[in-house]
Amino acid sequence: MPRAKVQRKSTSIDMTAMCDVSFLLLTFFILTATARQPDPLDVTIPSSTYKIKVPDTDMGILSIGKGKVFYEILGQDIRKATLPKMGEKYNIQFTPEEIKRFSVVGSFGVPIQNLKEFLNMNGEQRKKYQETSGGIPTDSTNNQLAEWLMQSRHSVAELHSTQMRVSIKGDANEEYPTVKKVVDILQKQKLNKFSLITSAEGSAE
Amino acid sequence: MAELDTSGGGGKKGKKVRSKKANTKVDLTAMVDLAFLLITFFMLTTSLSKPIAMDIAKPDKDDNSQERNELRASETMTILLGKNNKVAWYMGEAGKSVPNIESFADIRKSILDNKKKVADATGGRQIIMVIKPTSGATYKNFVDIMDELAITKIKTAPAIDDENITDAEKDFMKKAGIL
Repeated sequence: MPRAKVQRKSTSIDMTAMCDVSFLLLTFFILTATARQPDPLDVTIPSSTYKIKVPDTDMGILSIGKGKVFYEILGQDIRKATLPKMGEKYNIQFTPEEIKRFSVVGSFGVPIQNLKEFLNMNGEQRKKYQETSGGIPTDSTNNQLAEWLMQSRHSVAELHSTQMRVSIKGDANEEYPTVKKVVDILQKQKLNKFSLITSAEGSAE
Repeated sequence: MAELDTSGGGGKKGKKVRSKKANTKVDLTAMVDLAFLLITFFMLTTSLSKPIAMDIAKPDKDDNSQERNELRASETMTILLGKNNKVAWYMGEAGKSVPNIESFADIRKSILDNKKKVADATGGRQIIMVIKPTSGATYKNFVDIMDELAITKIKTAPAIDDENITDAEKDFMKKAGIL
């Protein structure tokens, strides 16, 4: 009579349910995802107790930090319409290819004269280039920022027949005069209402 | 983890040899690993919380219309934003009262006190706020003070005045070392 063997329990766990759950989560995340745009200008925004959410269409976002200004136009169609207008202003011919490339650029901070060169770079080069570029020129003799704002507002008005909102995304430690300079540019165009982008904060003590 | 083959091998003698069924179990461990890897990736690359906007309206610069409201000095509180996160505030007209220098932690109490005083003295009128950011202030100070006004429920739109900072105000702030 042979010895009775002790039956070993199998160590494998049924993974089917686990798999179901994880894929459910995965689909949820994929469907709710909006890819985060890389921010060329490192900005720490101050927090506030306001509760109004930022709309994500028909808006221009001005990032202010380190004394530089970067501009971001939301909406591919708006960007496509704005670039040729800017080219006309500054006598620069943009090819359809360049316009197409510009339509997927997020926040940028290069003078219009260097924009052609900038558009023909790849992502890594662009990042490096933006670090050394001084943002969009805002001085009174060469006020390209005002021009960008003007043209993008025209584009929004033509394509979506609404007013473009302007938001300011300022670095918390930025000197007030830098912000004031940008606000003055806005006010010159009769833009007296704008939003400041802040991060959420629990209602303070 | 490899699964152990627990099916008996061959069976005992004298019994009928059954045809062996193929094991239909698939090892899902790798699949789950992959799924979680993707989940973490998506969690890290998405921004679920949208940023929040604070609406600011500034007075029109070249508005020369005659419909200007005179502000009663007694109902006006002016807050000057200086450097080192300090503020100076005074009630009424510039130069007539000595400004108080405070930090952002204390300003809320002052706003509430003054709001109450104005309401009591005038039979429930709203206090008028004038915010004057100076060159020493940071953007954060400005956002903070607007936030304080929202917290203290100041209903009237604050006048944000970064143009007309009087010499008396400047002198005082220089003396106090916050400009």
